[in-house]
Amino acid sequence: MRKTLCFYFQIHQPVRLRRYRFFDIGKRHDYFDEYVNRSTIRRVAEKCYLPMNRLVMDMIKRYGENFKVSFSISGSALEQFALHTPEVIESFQELAKTGCVEFLAETYPHSLASLSSTNEFEMQVKRHVERMQELFGQKPVTLRNSSLIYSDQIGERVAAMGFEAMLTDGAKHVLGWKSPNFLYTNAANPKLKLLLKNSRLSDDLSMRFGEREWGEWPITADKYVRWLNDSAKDSEIVNLFMNYETFGENQPAETGIFEFMRSLPEYIFSMTDFEFLTPNEAVKKHQPVAPLHVPYPISWSDEEKDITSWMGNELQTEAFEELFKIQSRVRALNDPVLDKDYARLQSSDHFYYMRTKLFSDNDFHRYISPYETPYEAFINYMNVLSDVILRVEDMEKKRILVDEKDTDNEENPVKPKKTTRAPRVKSAESAAKTSKKVDAKEKKVKSKH
Amino acid sequence: MKVLMFGWEFPPHIAGGLGTASYGLTKGLAKHGVKIMFVMPKAGGDEDQSVAKIINASDVEMMSEYSTLDEYWQNVNFMEIGSNLVPYLDPETFEKTVTEAVKTGEHGEHIAFRNKFQFSGKYGANLMEEVARYAMVAGTIAAQQDFDIIHAHDWLTYAAGIVAKKVSGKPLVIHVHATEFDRSGEHVNQQVYDIERRGMEAADRVITVSNLTRNIVINRYGIDPDKVVTVHNAVDFQTREDVEVERGVKEKVVTFLGRITFQKGPEYFIEAANKVLKRYPNVRFVMAGSGDLFNRSIRRVAQLKIATKFHFTGFLRGDDVQKMFSYSDVYVMPSVSEPFGISPLEAMRAGVPTIISKQSGVAEVLKHSIKVDYWDVDALADAIYALLSYPALGKMAGEQGLEEVNQLKWENAALKVAEVYKSALEMIRSRVSSGQGL
Repeated sequence: MRKTLCFYFQIHQPVRLRRYRFFDIGKRHDYFDEYVNRSTIRRVAEKCYLPMNRLVMDMIKRYGENFKVSFSISGSALEQFALHTPEVIESFQELAKTGCVEFLAETYPHSLASLSSTNEFEMQVKRHVERMQELFGQKPVTLRNSSLIYSDQIGERVAAMGFEAMLTDGAKHVLGWKSPNFLYTNAANPKLKLLLKNSRLSDDLSMRFGEREWGEWPITADKYVRWLNDSAKDSEIVNLFMNYETFGENQPAETGIFEFMRSLPEYIFSMTDFEFLTPNEAVKKHQPVAPLHVPYPISWSDEEKDITSWMGNELQTEAFEELFKIQSRVRALNDPVLDKDYARLQSSDHFYYMRTKLFSDNDFHRYISPYETPYEAFINYMNVLSDVILRVEDMEKKRILVDEKDTDNEENPVKPKKTTRAPRVKSAESAAKTSKKVDAKEKKVKSKH
Repeated sequence: MKVLMFGWEFPPHIAGGLGTASYGLTKGLAKHGVKIMFVMPKAGGDEDQSVAKIINASDVEMMSEYSTLDEYWQNVNFMEIGSNLVPYLDPETFEKTVTEAVKTGEHGEHIAFRNKFQFSGKYGANLMEEVARYAMVAGTIAAQQDFDIIHAHDWLTYAAGIVAKKVSGKPLVIHVHATEFDRSGEHVNQQVYDIERRGMEAADRVITVSNLTRNIVINRYGIDPDKVVTVHNAVDFQTREDVEVERGVKEKVVTFLGRITFQKGPEYFIEAANKVLKRYPNVRFVMAGSGDLFNRSIRRVAQLKIATKFHFTGFLRGDDVQKMFSYSDVYVMPSVSEPFGISPLEAMRAGVPTIISKQSGVAEVLKHSIKVDYWDVDALADAIYALLSYPALGKMAGEQGLEEVNQLKWENAALKVAEVYKSALEMIRSRVSSGQGL
């Protein structure tokens, strides 16, 4: 049986927040930095997405069914492509038509929802699957979670949604002596297959390719394929998972990364017995060797391969808890504008900007934060979130008023509140936690009129 | 009477609590016909002017801004000396503040810049160098200028005052706006302490901004009580305009505004906020300012899980300070040690009821403010809760406070300072006439 080489590329762009101040709370609901988002998307499209898509298309044309790759594209990236660079979506659609590309499912906003016990994770995945079908005519059967975050529990949830396979990291502290170059399964549900990232070979490209201080620089296709042969002697699958921005953005064109990729298939075909497959094809072809036990979440981040990049300090935990505290209320309101903002606040990047371990992290420069410090990131995010919470409270009150109006057949329309100092009801408090309380209070207020 | 005054900052350059006070005082003195030459190091940044005397009249920007105050400017002859330093600021804050000031062209004269100075490496050495250089320059100026008395503001200028006194033989008054104990708690920097004590000993009169500070000067520095006089600061609202803002939040707002440093007691504000929020959810807390405890404060707020009700604004400039006051229902100053403390007066001026720590000089002059021990978080929480819950209390504190604060005029404070000058001059004269040396 031939060995499998599986390329998977992640495409994600968060919708970045503008500087949102305390004074804006309750007044302005435009949270996003249009300029920075537009210019970032355009820059990366020009440097990476478009040229790399052209290259992938060239290779598919040249090698036909022998060259395959897989992508997952977050909903927040797609939203912004549609706004600023629709040609990027078109070029992915062209690739989809070739049949040599698998599109994977993920959480729509590239979120941390899998770490929350709410049903937000399932809802976001469902939404992303629908979008994939709409745009690319494929129903994803493989899922990859944000930054390959995975645990036994998350795997179970993914299996319950009907996915056949999932991508995660071949973290050493989980694998122990085992090799990432085989197929594994979820610990509880063997139906869910796991493909594990080969960190060394993936990071050789995504992190080290252009690093001149690195002893192995420069990497040629010839050299790389020899490494591939060496490291995969007694194994079946090598999974090369990386950010798509590796090509042209993180590793600029001058490093020769495009030329490297162009010549890579030739060397693979002539020097190895590897074949290119998509994740779905790979899990069909290979037999799983063992269940993988992952009691605590892992990811592809940093040396630790855990989730401390997003949930590593008290700022991040607090932001996370507050974000998911309002989840059921946001869903209950079912308001498209609110949903959109809430989804954008879900992006894991906002939490990544709050990490405090960045100073010891040598790949920090790859993730330029829009904030000077994690503390500023937290303040800004919490200000925005506070405003969203206020909107939720206001909308809940209005809904109740409207409901009552319908039943009472009242004529007076609901006046939007614009007073500088709202009337304060001593006992009930405006920040009512349950709709029942709001109900009671609004009735009281109404009876005064 | 002509006064040679040594200061470190002065509006509109970089104006902290000290700058604001120096400005108010000189303005008040001018009204009493006292002529002042104000010497200050240039807090501009890059210029390397080892010994330079700049007549500030060439500073067009400043002149245009204050050109209306002719009476004032006729009496203040302004000189600047090149320097890359500002007192009380650690290098980071200094850089940030200067950049901000340059960027916006605004000046946050409402914020007290006094900060615990961190003596680390190069900067510490440079600061002492600057102080020494400033003193050397002071000697030159004292030899060239004609004046009756020397007045030096805070420790960075004491050495300058001593040199000027030695060169000219004129009496020296030093003005203590803060001591090393206020800035650093019990972990005083010995070098700074020594400079302070030498200044106080060499001075003919010591002016303190409160009795609290006067006691420190007497007890901690061993200075003869007879020559230490308290002149409480005042506040000048003439240039302030009331800003009316529409509030975006429905809840009541409790505000801490000042540098987030040890001296200001931010942690007591956070702990009290946590207690209040448990009993009274219809409120938001705001911590406005920056400082070396900024990050720690944010972490504490996250730990307490109150971050959706507790907000940070960062350093506020210009109109934003007034905006913050008009957003506020309660103003809290829980300072651990505050020689005076101007900002509660500004809050009161905006009609905001205030809670201040008993460990502040301003507590000596205010009647219509709630006073608590800074460490008594329960009492602080209780006071906040009361002002939020009992409207009559807040209303009275707000209205009476406004009236009270309008009585605190620099003119009156300046009169007391002028009296101090007179007594110092008389003392020197009597010494000379009785044949005593200086």
